[in-house]
Amino acid sequence: MSSKEEAKECILNWMKEQKKTKHYFNDLCKAVPEMSMREAKKLINELVSEGKLRYWTSGSTTMYMLPGADDVKKEEEGMV
Amino acid sequence: MALKHKTPMLYELTKGPWPSFVEDIKRLAERKPQCDDLLGQLELSYKDKEGHWKHGGIVGVFGYGGGVIGRYSDRPDLFPNVAHFHTMRVNQPASKFYTTDVLRKLCDMWEEKGSGLFNLHGSTGDIILLGTTTDQLEPIFYELTHELGMDLGGSGSNLRTPEGCVGRARCEWSCLDTQDIVYELTMTYQDELHRPMFPYKFKFKVSGCPNDCVAAIARADCSIIGTWRDKIRIDQEAVRAYVGGELVPHGGADGSEKRPLDIQAEVIDKCPTKCMEWDGKNLKIWDEDCTRCMHCINVMPRALRPGEDVGATILVGAKAPILEGAQLSSVVIPFMKMEPPYEEFHEFVGKMWDFWMEHGKNRERLGELIQRLGMREFLKAVELKPDPRMINTPRYNPYIFYDPADVPGGWSRDAKAYRERHQP
Repeated sequence: MSSKEEAKECILNWMKEQKKTKHYFNDLCKAVPEMSMREAKKLINELVSEGKLRYWTSGSTTMYMLPGADDVKKEEEGMV
Repeated sequence: MALKHKTPMLYELTKGPWPSFVEDIKRLAERKPQCDDLLGQLELSYKDKEGHWKHGGIVGVFGYGGGVIGRYSDRPDLFPNVAHFHTMRVNQPASKFYTTDVLRKLCDMWEEKGSGLFNLHGSTGDIILLGTTTDQLEPIFYELTHELGMDLGGSGSNLRTPEGCVGRARCEWSCLDTQDIVYELTMTYQDELHRPMFPYKFKFKVSGCPNDCVAAIARADCSIIGTWRDKIRIDQEAVRAYVGGELVPHGGADGSEKRPLDIQAEVIDKCPTKCMEWDGKNLKIWDEDCTRCMHCINVMPRALRPGEDVGATILVGAKAPILEGAQLSSVVIPFMKMEPPYEEFHEFVGKMWDFWMEHGKNRERLGELIQRLGMREFLKAVELKPDPRMINTPRYNPYIFYDPADVPGGWSRDAKAYRERHQP
């Protein structure tokens, strides 16, 4: 596995270990402390494109979460 | 057609002398059931004295982390047509120049795929499309980008859509090509606009002159305000014409009647730095003391004009009163030429963002970070030297603390001996 893939795995594992479901970008970067924030951003966005992470936004702030089954449906039905 | 919901409290809002948004929505409600339920929910909010919207969510378009804000009714049982009522932000063209063709297409698209309601414009400058459902988000995005040549704007922890005044397109005072700067910022920072990575929002606003028509100094994390570094251009004949009552002062803004201008009371005495003098025939300006307040130019636009050696003052740190109180921007670069390809400015932006991303707390604006760590730390990070022009009253406000290592010869200080003479 390339170091890039390993770093992505670190981010996902870090998220799975947390109690909270939504995380700020700064917090996600803690999972890969050796990387610059700009490098981490590229990986995090790749994870979003691959469907392994999901944006959540209040309109003023953006956070990241792990995708679950039927997220959009649950949100629309007021279950989250 | 009778509407579904009775809205007596909203009706009160239609009684004033000005056009009412309630009347506008009612007109649309006759053919759009979302608007009928929207009025019903607003009436309920007035009755309950609390809002009934749930704000935020995961909805968006593929690949973008901004531009769509999820919105849901918390009473879908009563108002099913606004159960999902998402907002979309559309990146407005620089200085908001539209063709009527694009506006018609936008209206048609939104009538078909959304509620038919939109704001021109939100305080960020974007067009705000109000109210659609999740399944329509991708089709709307496709039509915006493929048929209308438009894109979504910024929201969340992104760079927000850059905004500028009308600039040289219609304003004789503009010292900058504001449209070119807005376009340059928008295109260069596409990734920052659509894919969030900042601690919080970040706004660029560009004003062509110190009149600051987009209020960049009050709203933007980085304000770019046009200025000049040579002398105000004076047409003495025109000054005498204002005094003699041959020209209308203030460009007609306070009445279109010609009247003699009391130049002493209306111009000279109102100059904040008292850098002007009128001897009855000629106006003299000591430009080295001018702070670019624009008052004299605004009063006598035919007689006075900004200088010819134009550029921008760069300021940072403004914000509205959310979390911490409101702040105005502080000057960090008194003068920059701001000409394509804007390399000097881009270099500054890169350093500024690196500093903010590294040290900013979650939901901390750049201005709040500077307030917390100090302007000295910011200036170090962006590799700028302190300058008296960064300070409002340099002789009375020692805003910058110098580091002994930065001053030739340095100095030493015995803190213990100082404390023996001064109590903490």
